[in-house]
Amino acid sequence: MDPVLYGYMLYGVSLLTVGGMYAILALGLNVQWGFTGLFNAGIAGFFGIGAYTAAILTTNPHTSHIGGFQLPYIVAAIAAMLIAGIIAFLVGKVCLRLRSDYLAIATIGLAEIFRLIVNNETWATNGPRGISQIPRPFENLPEPINQFAFLGVVLVTLAGVYWLMEIARKSPWGRVMTAIRDNETSAKAAGKNVETFRMEGFVIGCMIMALAGALMAHYLKFVNPQTTDPLLATFIVFVMLVIGGSANNKGAILGAFLVWTLWSASEIVAPRLLEAIGMADAGIRSAYVRIFLIGLLLQIFLQKNPQGLLPETRPSSPGKNSS
Amino acid sequence: MAEFINFYLIPGLVLGSIYALGAIGITMTFGILRFANFAHGETMTLGVYIAWSLVQLTGVKSLLAILLVLMPVSMMLTIMVVLLIDKAFYKPLRASPVIILVIASFGLMLMIRSVTQFSWGVQLKTILPGIQPRLQLFEFFSFPLKHVFIVGGALLLMYAVHYVLTYTKIGKAMRATSDSPELARLTGINTEKVVMATWVMGAGLACAAGVFLAVDTQVDTMMGFKILLPMFAAAILGGVGKPYGAMAGGLVIGVAEELSSYPWLGDGPLLEPGYKQGIAFAIMIAILVWRPTGLFKGKSF
Repeated sequence: MDPVLYGYMLYGVSLLTVGGMYAILALGLNVQWGFTGLFNAGIAGFFGIGAYTAAILTTNPHTSHIGGFQLPYIVAAIAAMLIAGIIAFLVGKVCLRLRSDYLAIATIGLAEIFRLIVNNETWATNGPRGISQIPRPFENLPEPINQFAFLGVVLVTLAGVYWLMEIARKSPWGRVMTAIRDNETSAKAAGKNVETFRMEGFVIGCMIMALAGALMAHYLKFVNPQTTDPLLATFIVFVMLVIGGSANNKGAILGAFLVWTLWSASEIVAPRLLEAIGMADAGIRSAYVRIFLIGLLLQIFLQKNPQGLLPETRPSSPGKNSS
Repeated sequence: MAEFINFYLIPGLVLGSIYALGAIGITMTFGILRFANFAHGETMTLGVYIAWSLVQLTGVKSLLAILLVLMPVSMMLTIMVVLLIDKAFYKPLRASPVIILVIASFGLMLMIRSVTQFSWGVQLKTILPGIQPRLQLFEFFSFPLKHVFIVGGALLLMYAVHYVLTYTKIGKAMRATSDSPELARLTGINTEKVVMATWVMGAGLACAAGVFLAVDTQVDTMMGFKILLPMFAAAILGGVGKPYGAMAGGLVIGVAEELSSYPWLGDGPLLEPGYKQGIAFAIMIAILVWRPTGLFKGKSF
């Protein structure tokens, strides 16, 4: 194959792979923000919990951090989701009875505390140097088939999460969720236990985020505290969901692929543009320009089109569903 | 004893005064505009860089001149930027659900930070170069002179806040709006004016807190974000919407953070200094569990 074409193909595969993992994150956030109206500002924390759990449970024995469990991928992913779920439950217990801002503050705090722990508990996480040599499914297959195979793993996981979330959305459970989001008082008056439903939405969302984190650890084959960077693991997910369309699972996926493509394409284009206009340090500074622009894009959507590209569609009435 | 005061208590009071100033803005925005402003830390960072640029431009080297002349100018410039930000980004969302404003502020946090990093770079800078004189009291108490200026300056500014809130018309309107926005509107208080006053107070104090922090430590593009959580914790500890609560909360959290690494038991620090930042979070969670209204009976939504 032509090497240039081959390069484009691999770039396309990596774009879809990372985009797919972001789509899973966006679906997780959609349960919380889209359907339940909960603002989780610490996506990076739950994502990081997933990444580190999967890393520690699947790596070979190593002298600089705990490990050597060499568990199968699926077991590690389930463990990652369970741990994230338990932590989400504890955070939810404290914050969900209060107004949504408190959850935002507590979750961003939790994500920062997680970074502190990961940086300081060197015996477990190798501190800032991180955990390397994380195995990846199908990595022993020949290039580039292994890349396609892992992309397949991501897309199958994404499809599974999407399918479950669509069932949830159309179920009575999903309808109660949106009812609480839109009018808490009337949902309460209808006899719904608001706090329990919120807790369920929050925990499920965090578990999905941890699953995305586990996939990312295998994909990068490396995790360190930078993996839980609030910009790339929290903020951009919000941008994806708001632009794609909150409360719409298809919108979440669309937004994830769209924003991720924009973000990585701008990584190539922006430095050259800045260089062309003769700016010093164009390489470093272009990163800030990109962050600013993606922030501006979010603000424009919040003001002009808060529904996003694919607005919410309500499931049909229960009568039709049961037939 | 001397060691305890010199290296733990005084740094704690210094840090606490800085948190207190920052937390006033957070709690007032929370009380009056009704949202948790995630961009508050970056406002502080921006103010510091404005002050740093003024120091470079004027070549002023005396701490007193920086605090008395350049800091007020930086506060004014920061306030102007924040008022423009309000006009462009928060005002169009006033009618939106509160949580949309929180997301907008989260986005602004990263936008302001990227502007700061773009314009000034990420290398550490100092506002006050060179070795600073120390103050010696009764043989064993010894601390940098700048700490006296920081705590003194913070106390003065807090008194100014108290004066504005107690004796001026706009200050009373602010407290009324914070206590009950509907009732305040009914009595004919101009909400937009109160909102503007809130930004003015919050941004000015954030800039001052940032400059104090920069004088105490260094100038860093992440400095505001690093103390965002302690400021939120201080606002919640003091009771949301309660400026005096925020002052008390800030002091408590600053002192608690520094005292946490004192060797209370045995020889080693009670808590590894690496976990100092965790203290604010722990206090915040504790207060949310046992007394969400905070010490000063603020709002609990």
